[in-house]
Amino acid sequence: MKDVRDALYVARNTEGKLVRRPMSPHLQVWRWTPAMAVSIMHRVTGVGLAIGTLLMTWWLVAAATSEQAFANVQWFLGSVLGIFVLFCWTLALMLHFFSGLRHLAWDAGWGFENRAYRTTSWFVIGAGIVTALLIWIVGLAVW
Amino acid sequence: MSDTRNAPHVDMLRSPLGRVRGLGSAHRGAVTWWGHMLTSISLVPLTLWFIWSMVGLVGASREEVALWLTRPVPLALMLLLLVATFYHMKHGLETVVEDYVHAAAPKFALLLAIKGISILLGLLCIISVLRLGL
Repeated sequence: MKDVRDALYVARNTEGKLVRRPMSPHLQVWRWTPAMAVSIMHRVTGVGLAIGTLLMTWWLVAAATSEQAFANVQWFLGSVLGIFVLFCWTLALMLHFFSGLRHLAWDAGWGFENRAYRTTSWFVIGAGIVTALLIWIVGLAVW
Repeated sequence: MSDTRNAPHVDMLRSPLGRVRGLGSAHRGAVTWWGHMLTSISLVPLTLWFIWSMVGLVGASREEVALWLTRPVPLALMLLLLVATFYHMKHGLETVVEDYVHAAAPKFALLLAIKGISILLGLLCIISVLRLGL
């Protein structure tokens, strides 16, 4: 036993045999609910957006550096991979945006009831997807 | 919602001892949470403005991007957006590491890396925007 906390997991079963107590169940045993999905999604999209800032940094630094550097980043952003990354970034941003609005509402004390929690979870998913698609429809139309 | 009129009511979430010592359960002040909250609120309009601007800049040349940033309002909003974004990103990533990484050495290394990378990326963005805009 490397950790004193491990000692707390050792106990005797009904037959008197020494056993390791089971740990409390985690993600894999719960039925997926919209509330749980949005909570996990908020963190995943947050980390994704942090990685996405690399792209924004590249774009801004290239624009400030030279014509060639800017042409390179524009070429990447216009490629199939670039468009895919940008679309995922837009989707992550909008999902995180609406989920963040809900966090602000919680901080103001609103929306903790089961019913509101469920409704707003579906709202975050729906609004995130719809606005991301709308942004791309407008973006492609002006391109 | 249940009737809470006669229920005991606590306005202050921090214990008196915690308030005196300026420490919460994370052994740090509530100022980090407040910073995250303020950047969240400011990022709501700034994000909408940023998306609007980026849609307008689809396919723009380098000159057009530079011209856009020489206008005072986009320059000011862009700088605000960058400061809020990188502060928000730094705190968000630190929270994720503090929640899921428990071994002391990797946790310390990751937290240091997050601080350093956030400051570096933020500085690169701000300097680039200022070079284009000023």
